[in-house]
Amino acid sequence: MTMHLNDVTLTYPDGDGRLTALDHVTVHAEPGALTAVVGPSGSGKSSLLAVAATLITPDSGQVLLDGTDLVGLSRAQRTSVRRKRIGIVFQSANLLASLTALEQLTVMAHLAGGVTTAAGERAAELLDAVGLAARADRRPHQLSGGQRQRVTIARGLMNDPSVLLVDEPTSALDTERGAAILDLLRRLTTERDLATIVVTHDRDHLAHADQVVEITDGRARVLAAA
Amino acid sequence: MFVALRDLKFAKGRFALMGAVVTLITLLVVLLSGLTAGLGRENVSAITDLDADHLVFAAPAQGQDISFSDSVIPAGTQEAWTGVDGVASVEPIALGMSRVESGERSTGVAFFAVGGSSTLPPAAVRGGEVVLAEQAAEDLGVVAGDTVAVGGTELEVAAVAGRDSYSHAPVAWISTADRPTTGADPTAATVLAIHAGAADLPAADADLGTETVTVADSLNAIGSYSSENGSLQLMRGLLLAISALVIGAFFTVWTVQRSPEIAILKAVGASTGYLLRDAVGQAFVLLLFGTGLGAALAAGLGALASAAVPFVLDPATVLLPAALLVVLGLVGAAASLRRIATVDPLTALGSAR
Repeated sequence: MTMHLNDVTLTYPDGDGRLTALDHVTVHAEPGALTAVVGPSGSGKSSLLAVAATLITPDSGQVLLDGTDLVGLSRAQRTSVRRKRIGIVFQSANLLASLTALEQLTVMAHLAGGVTTAAGERAAELLDAVGLAARADRRPHQLSGGQRQRVTIARGLMNDPSVLLVDEPTSALDTERGAAILDLLRRLTTERDLATIVVTHDRDHLAHADQVVEITDGRARVLAAA
Repeated sequence: MFVALRDLKFAKGRFALMGAVVTLITLLVVLLSGLTAGLGRENVSAITDLDADHLVFAAPAQGQDISFSDSVIPAGTQEAWTGVDGVASVEPIALGMSRVESGERSTGVAFFAVGGSSTLPPAAVRGGEVVLAEQAAEDLGVVAGDTVAVGGTELEVAAVAGRDSYSHAPVAWISTADRPTTGADPTAATVLAIHAGAADLPAADADLGTETVTVADSLNAIGSYSSENGSLQLMRGLLLAISALVIGAFFTVWTVQRSPEIAILKAVGASTGYLLRDAVGQAFVLLLFGTGLGAALAAGLGALASAAVPFVLDPATVLLPAALLVVLGLVGAAASLRRIATVDPLTALGSAR
């Protein structure tokens, strides 16, 4: 499945006027391809991700997921899309303090209707895929920053999404661990035929991307096409 | 309850503290309920246990309420009530407070003076006899066949029966002829205990200058009962309100603290309904545990205390207050639900503006 953001404009209230965060932005994410979105702080990268994740509704434009426009869906419908079709990896490895690594994944199955044996097996398989099978019973405070980020990636894949949205996955990691996370995202994107969009400020990781989109002052420019 | 149960286990200290607060409040409310019922029973059991459905009082003066201490029903009115159509039975009772003496011992009693053929006492009482409640007989150290002095009149103890009391004093059933001299009309009754049947009570009251109320409503005519019971019920009500506020405050703070996690769950697809059910379920588990433990402790303490103080231990004084605390606790916890509904999942994306 593909995700296409077509001519998306997003503004926020700013005093008496409005601040343009995204200005007629178009980005196409294809299955099996990793799209890196780069740009300086405040350029609109995270706003782009929030629009793609249906967490915010743009002023205009389309957000197409396999041909279906997500703009205009009700809140409940958008929640359902996030639960079933979009995986989200947060910037600061946001995990739930009371859950073990394995439960961080099985909670996704619970949200979708119930924890089955198959869901448990899939969670274990995903933790293994991100190299954390031996840490399945650890809680967030017992994991390193890199390990926590791997858990959030595995959680993002739990409900078998077609799109994976990743927000600054290396911002809290050193260079070596950051590179490892990008390697992992690259591998998972290919293996699972994901349309992956990674927002990053770190241009060292662009070699992992099939497509690079630069955002400056809310305007997007494709630097390298897939 | 996937996350809620794991939160309860993970944040053990926090929830144990709150559970302890709920337990202590339940302990206090249940003990107070048992004591209120016990004191109330000591005050009114002789009235509530009467074999009657209504009590007839002398009509009070305008602006006043009926009162056991002020009601005087002359013999003529008593006689007239026996002729009211539909009334199945009429039993005059003259009641008051007195002392009973046996040798060196004495105790205060509430005397209930009735006619020789009355079926109201727990055992038949004739002229020259007294039927003592168990507490009075224990205080005096007497048994059936002994002689005691009631208000100076020597009477034989016909029977020791029942545990009824009135205005915190055990009851002594005597014959009307033996009632202690108080200066009042010796033929007058305080109230009439009746089985009203299909009688037109308002019409009879209007004709005979009386006021008839149900036995339950007559309890407010015992001055000490309404003031004592009212104070204790007020304390109980305030405790229940405080518990709802405390629980509401706890869950509000808890919800504020876990707002980032709520935002994450919403962002990854948790519906608001799912999160609300999770939160209510968490509060319910905490309340069930806290009130269950508190009620069990109170029942144990109440069982021990009932030997020394008036205390009623039954479902109405244990389970009912505990259930009420659960309901009010959930109402308090519901105050935090609005916050859950309003958490914006966008905040999970920390850098989004």
